Amino acid sequence: MQDVAHASAGGHSHATAPNPVVDFEVQPRSYHHWKVSYEGPIARVAMAVDPAAPLRDGYELKLNSYDLGVDIELADIVRRMRFEHPEVRVVVLTSANDRVFCAGANIHMLGTSSHAWKVNFCKFTNETRCELEEATAASHQTWVAACNGTTAGGGYELALACKEIYLQDDGNSAVSLPEVPLLGVLPGTGGLTRLVDKRMVRRDRADVFSTTAEGIRGKKAVQWGLVDAIFPRSKFDEKVLERAKALVTAASANLPTGERKGVTLDALHPERTSNGRKYRHVELTWDDTTRTASLTIHGPTPDDVALVERGADAIVRAGADVWALRAFRELDDALLQLRVNHMLVGLVAVRVVGDPSCAQAHDAALIKARDHWFVREVMLHMGRVLRRMDNTSRSFFAFADKGTAFAGCLLEVALASDRLYMLDDTSSPVHLALSEFNEGALPMHTGLTRLQCRLLGAKPQLDALVGRRELLDAEAGDEAGLVTVKLDDIDWDDDTRIAIEERASLSPDALTGMEQNLRFAGPETPDSKIYARLSAWQNWIFIRPNATGPEGALTLYARPERPQFDWSRV
Amino acid sequence: MTSVNVDLNGKIPNNVGLSEDAKLQRALEGWLPRYLDWWNEMGPSDFADKPVFLRTAVSVDPGGWAHYDYVRMPDYRWGIFLDPGNGPATIKAGDDAGKPAWLDVPGEHRNALRRIIVTQADTEPASVEQQRLLGHIAPSLYDLRNLFQVNVEEGRHLWAMVYLLHKFFGRDGRDEADELLLRRSGNADKPRILGAFNQPCDHWLSFFAFTMFTDRDGKYQLAALSESGFDPLARTTQFMLTEEAHHLFVGETGMDRIIKRSAELQKLDPNGDVRAQGGIDFDLIQRTINYWYTYSLDLFGGEVSSNASTFFATGLKGRYREEQYSDHLALEGSYRLPVIEGGRMVENDVPLRTAMNEVLRDAYVADCERALRKWNKTLEASGSPTRLTLPSRRFHRHQGIYADHHFDPQGNLISAEQYAANQARWVLVPEDNTYLLSIMKPVYEPGKFANWIAPPAKGIEGRPMDFEYVKVHA
Repeated sequence: MQDVAHASAGGHSHATAPNPVVDFEVQPRSYHHWKVSYEGPIARVAMAVDPAAPLRDGYELKLNSYDLGVDIELADIVRRMRFEHPEVRVVVLTSANDRVFCAGANIHMLGTSSHAWKVNFCKFTNETRCELEEATAASHQTWVAACNGTTAGGGYELALACKEIYLQDDGNSAVSLPEVPLLGVLPGTGGLTRLVDKRMVRRDRADVFSTTAEGIRGKKAVQWGLVDAIFPRSKFDEKVLERAKALVTAASANLPTGERKGVTLDALHPERTSNGRKYRHVELTWDDTTRTASLTIHGPTPDDVALVERGADAIVRAGADVWALRAFRELDDALLQLRVNHMLVGLVAVRVVGDPSCAQAHDAALIKARDHWFVREVMLHMGRVLRRMDNTSRSFFAFADKGTAFAGCLLEVALASDRLYMLDDTSSPVHLALSEFNEGALPMHTGLTRLQCRLLGAKPQLDALVGRRELLDAEAGDEAGLVTVKLDDIDWDDDTRIAIEERASLSPDALTGMEQNLRFAGPETPDSKIYARLSAWQNWIFIRPNATGPEGALTLYARPERPQFDWSRV
Repeated sequence: MTSVNVDLNGKIPNNVGLSEDAKLQRALEGWLPRYLDWWNEMGPSDFADKPVFLRTAVSVDPGGWAHYDYVRMPDYRWGIFLDPGNGPATIKAGDDAGKPAWLDVPGEHRNALRRIIVTQADTEPASVEQQRLLGHIAPSLYDLRNLFQVNVEEGRHLWAMVYLLHKFFGRDGRDEADELLLRRSGNADKPRILGAFNQPCDHWLSFFAFTMFTDRDGKYQLAALSESGFDPLARTTQFMLTEEAHHLFVGETGMDRIIKRSAELQKLDPNGDVRAQGGIDFDLIQRTINYWYTYSLDLFGGEVSSNASTFFATGLKGRYREEQYSDHLALEGSYRLPVIEGGRMVENDVPLRTAMNEVLRDAYVADCERALRKWNKTLEASGSPTRLTLPSRRFHRHQGIYADHHFDPQGNLISAEQYAANQARWVLVPEDNTYLLSIMKPVYEPGKFANWIAPPAKGIEGRPMDFEYVKVHA
């Protein structure tokens, strides 16, 4: 949350601004809002938000407050840090502004955004923070927050995503979550969850903290576990560096093998048409009149397999051209495009084309090379993309018809979908197939595999599937519990058309809610709580009059009128 | 316990029922020794044992608030006084204007009020710290006494604010009261909250400019708080304003006396060179005005401020002399503000409530302009051709919408390079300090004044000019 004491002097039009077409691909040389520097195993990422470069018109990004544009760059930094700077063990996240670490999400941006924009913004920022946490947990890249000034709202939530938080002790700099008392909304970027679930701050103290707009500073912030330590202003940089060096040693233990020479992530350069984006391995087309899209992924070719089979060194040499990295980066971009730029599309028809045996061979070879840091990163990235799909509020129907190859890592795409339709035609057989990628390498936010989630109540079926590597035709797939609807070639066209039309006719809100409830059977984790519990409550609050009605707290923040609440507890 | 209570009551003149308030006594008993430690460490250096002819407020009656006698500063009776008010108070401004004022802190405004009070309170000890070495280079005993009067009253104002924190804000309030004694002006690690209160005040030119410009911000902040719907805050600040008036007098007349003396020296010197005569040249005076006036403008906060809007809307702060307005809601109006858009100046209308800092700043600027006119009359009367000016309120700002841009003193948008090239002509630079310290030697002989300043028009409380205002040889 941004303190708007010095907010834009511009007009206070609160009409919802039109959404620009958002490009999620950025290059380091064109960052507007961040300064990244490297010194051996320590990188410094300094937030330096350019107030005059918001993603949309109508607000200024004062006091290191952020919008989707700022976060797209941060996500890029987190990702490139892992692929392009594998030598980095510790990333110090700090601010280039000497008074403010980060004031959180820009309130004028939120106040002038549609509900959907707010939801997409929050979801993306949440994914970025989970990605940052995963870098610490899985990539031997420990993120540390060096809060050298006011750390408010989303600013503190960003710090919470780091492994350790250091706060400048200058009598003024505080950490705070002022969303509830000032804006009538939640700290929805993981703040409440990480407070009690990650840092394990006592819930009663968390209650006090989350209702105290000015936040908590100094020793009390340490005593309550809100930060790990405080350092005086004059020694702040030195102490943080000292700590970073100690963490380098810790993070350097048990490093995956391979020369740690970075792999550059090149631009994807999809071919753009009026109704589609064609990437090298992925093709997305949409039709706003039927509110459907088609997402096609081309599986690995024999050449792709041969390359991976040559081992880790060959894979590194291929770098960003490796099928598994390229195809999943493309899938990621396509998902983000769907989410933000194609709001009318409700149903996505998913197809994977290729040869299932080839896909299995690819997976096996990649798994064999997984001890190498780069291969490991490629696999972690695949996992993140699939989790992004799990969290995408679109109906996904996978269609396994002639020429398709839902196998291994690409079977996950079908398992992430809401339904799988499979053609049962002996004259042109279609096969599903498993690989190790279905058995733990690509976990969901809940920590389960998609197979475990799907067969939660069918342990014998699950046990029978794990380790099974032969190709599964429609009948076998159906028996194994993978197929939703098995159709012969006579019924295929009509039944799939009807299924799509029927789906596209249902309430989009109800479908989003239904899908999000059905997709995540099984246990909760802090990550899943952020998307399910925190985000769901936030999204409810976002549409309540107490927040966004004409007299709501978010609507009226920084305006002369005070909010008027409907005091009924709902 | 009883004996301590008696001590506390004797030590602290008050009209807040301290002797009957066991909770407040307990809080202050803990705080008083820490306060005295702070005073001894950070108060005026080396004059603790000297009797100073000080004004002490011992009650709020017309005859009681200005009691004059020799006092050693550590023995000064720091009092706690609320303006007696007249009848039941009402909320003066905002959505609840006209309703009964709050005699206790409303829960929903507790944090905001505490922040307001802490921010105001923090300025009081800060200025004492900034001025602690000035006694060693005082231009006269008269001025030395005025410095100490200002210092002890800032100390008393801290007491007034700490009273509010102890009385109404519980545990948090006590913690904040303790922290007020731990921050230090200009300390990189524990700075005072506001920028101007971390700037060095090394010599008497800065002291007079500080009391003229920075304490005058204090006057307007106190005036806005004296319109607060929280009655104890309104009444405390109302009483503080009577003392603050003296600080402003010291600053305004101090600057005036320097200007008068410089005009005399200008005339005296064959080349009109004030420095050649050991005085303070007008360029340097102008740079000092530019420096302290603009740092003081920062203290009013952002030009467009949601905090200011909220404070007004909730009745926590009013405007300067809120009673002069007929509309206390201020929901309808707008305020026209010059802003920078796309590299050039344009005017924008912003909702009046969000511009409340600017409304208060307007009253302050008008007051400063009045003082400038007076100083220029002094120059005119002395036959000097020089005239002093107030810079634009956009010039040399560190807070608000102008802070990230550069302006010349006339308020024109200029480049960073242009600003850097002219900075030494426009605001105080280290060489100025060197010169001023070279001419500022202590004058402790009764009735004598340093060469660079004219004597005042009259002494204090009817005492003659050669009265021994501070017994430095005692």
